[in-house]
Amino acid sequence: MMLLRLPLALLIIVYQSAFLALGQIWNNKVRSTLTTIGIVIGVASVTAVIAALTGLKANVLSEFETFGTNKIYLFPNYRIAKTHAAFHRIRFKPEIFEGMLEHCPSVAQFTRITELNGRTVSYEGRSEENTRVIGIEPSWHQIESRAVVQGRPFTLIDNEHCRPVCLINTKVQEKLGMEKECVGSSILVGPTRYQVVGVVESRAESWMFGGTSSGLEVWLPFKTVRRMNPYSNMFVVAASRSPDLADDAKAEIAFFLRKQRRIQPGQPDDFGVEVIEQFIREFKKVAGAITMAAAGVVGISLVVGGVGIMNIMLVSVSERTREIGLRKAVGARPSAILLQFLVEAVVLCFFGGLVGVLAGQGLTSAMASIPAAHLEKAYIPGWAVALSFGFAGAVGLIFGMFPAVKAARLDPIDALRHE
Amino acid sequence: MVIRLKDITKVYTMGVEEIRALDGLSLEVGQNEYAAVMGTSGSGKSTLMNILGCLDRPTSGVYELDGQVTTTMGAGALARVRNERIGFVFQSFELMPRLSALKNVELPLIYARSAWWNRKKRARHALDTVGLTDRMKHRPNQLSGGQKQRVAIARALVNNPAILLADEPTGNLDSATSEEILTLFDQLHRQGQTIIMVTHEADVARHAKRIIRMRDGRIFSDLPTEQDVLHHVVTSVEEAPDGNGNGDGHENAKRPVCEVMLPSRGQHEEMTP
Repeated sequence: MMLLRLPLALLIIVYQSAFLALGQIWNNKVRSTLTTIGIVIGVASVTAVIAALTGLKANVLSEFETFGTNKIYLFPNYRIAKTHAAFHRIRFKPEIFEGMLEHCPSVAQFTRITELNGRTVSYEGRSEENTRVIGIEPSWHQIESRAVVQGRPFTLIDNEHCRPVCLINTKVQEKLGMEKECVGSSILVGPTRYQVVGVVESRAESWMFGGTSSGLEVWLPFKTVRRMNPYSNMFVVAASRSPDLADDAKAEIAFFLRKQRRIQPGQPDDFGVEVIEQFIREFKKVAGAITMAAAGVVGISLVVGGVGIMNIMLVSVSERTREIGLRKAVGARPSAILLQFLVEAVVLCFFGGLVGVLAGQGLTSAMASIPAAHLEKAYIPGWAVALSFGFAGAVGLIFGMFPAVKAARLDPIDALRHE
Repeated sequence: MVIRLKDITKVYTMGVEEIRALDGLSLEVGQNEYAAVMGTSGSGKSTLMNILGCLDRPTSGVYELDGQVTTTMGAGALARVRNERIGFVFQSFELMPRLSALKNVELPLIYARSAWWNRKKRARHALDTVGLTDRMKHRPNQLSGGQKQRVAIARALVNNPAILLADEPTGNLDSATSEEILTLFDQLHRQGQTIIMVTHEADVARHAKRIIRMRDGRIFSDLPTEQDVLHHVVTSVEEAPDGNGNGDGHENAKRPVCEVMLPSRGQHEEMTP
């Protein structure tokens, strides 16, 4: 009971001071509003920036997520090519990946991929330009989790025998006006005829990882494309056994490729191995840096707001000098006066924080409604609200301290005589 | 004794000049006394009031209130003494303009950290005592001057103080209202309240049972009211031409001149410059 007494008394005093402060703010509505504009702007901008970053992060991470976090990209690094001859050397050749699974225990699957962009496909007189034609191996189906909604996936035989078969996505099926059961019919890719063996679900267009804007995709067996177009650009997508093993897999692949391509020790890699995990880490780092920078800018505006608070509290103290004198005369301790003015400053700042968070929510909604900004997932996370109020409260405490101390130190007689 | 002042001095320094507002003043006030402090401005009566009210500390001397020596206390302890032992009534009421009468009366109880149900009860009771039962919800600007002063008195009484200090309590009131307030003081005194009142109006001072006259930081006359009335006319006639004459005053204090008896009261001007 005795232990409870002090905190309880303190709580009661804070509570009373808070009511008093609210009354003061209500009585000086215009002044309070103008004073807190600094805090409002500070809090609104911090919440809006955090909301935007949160939205961006959610968007980017979901992009990565759909890509699969255990994926590893292998591509020739042409940037280190100095001569045309080197260019040929750097180019990937399908053979060098033979035996990669045996040498790289952390790698579960890989597929060679080659892409031909902007091809025309046609079916019974209807044609669609700007179609992405992708040469893949059957393991692609395990790496990319894309459902085959009709027919069958590619088989090893399709690839090894360079069969003239294709998979199309539902969008192609739709655009070419093909009947619902289209497996077995043939389409033209460029001048060549391919038989449709399966239909793959269309994926929502990725805004980050390119692709054609049309969203039309046709898949051919890798070797089929290769035979038609032996110098087409090829790369490899591998999958590690788990996202945790991505870094191990990366190291194993790099070692394997250096050996295959006979790169001397000390020479740089002429290929790139990128892990999705790594992109995510990089992105998080950048997002963190942006948050910090934003926090810095916001800190400045909060300091400016705090000076405003200090100013108005000083005015308030000198206006209410007689009141302070009376309160002291009837038994208010200096600490009670200090607390009253501190709480008033903090409540003022909280009020600013509340308006700021509301304004930030307004800004966030506005941002989310701009489609080009890709921020439809932007929202103010709970911790940002807590942070805003924390900052606002801290500003109130810091900048309210000087006026409050001034009030607490007033001499009761002088204060009572104050005009 | 409720109040015991011993050799109290209060020295203000203004630049190089030293002003002895109180100069070795000693005073005792007992339980249920009703004393008026009179004196011209600059006589030290305000300083005395401030020290009695624990709003100010003497430069030297000892002040004992209700058996407690206050002169060695810190600011927090003094605030507590003001809260629990002293009730103030001011000339200009000093009510919070935005609070109702009841809330104004509750103010000292807030700093006494009493529970809100207790607070309401005690504040209501104090307002009952001063006869404002039907004005509790009114704000100061909805009350007359006399009612405002009653609220202030209720606020002073709400903590059952050892002493009620009134500084010119009727200074801002017309004579009829003043009389009401003084009647209230009389009533409180009959109920056992110890009261010290500062005034410069003889009519007001007459309500007290004891009149303490001050000059130059000292008490030069401390008599029961009946004797004071007779004594004072003589001294005021003597002192009037010589405004800042000292020396004589102190001697007079020791042997008051009481030969001339003028029974009519309130004819002289206390505040002749």
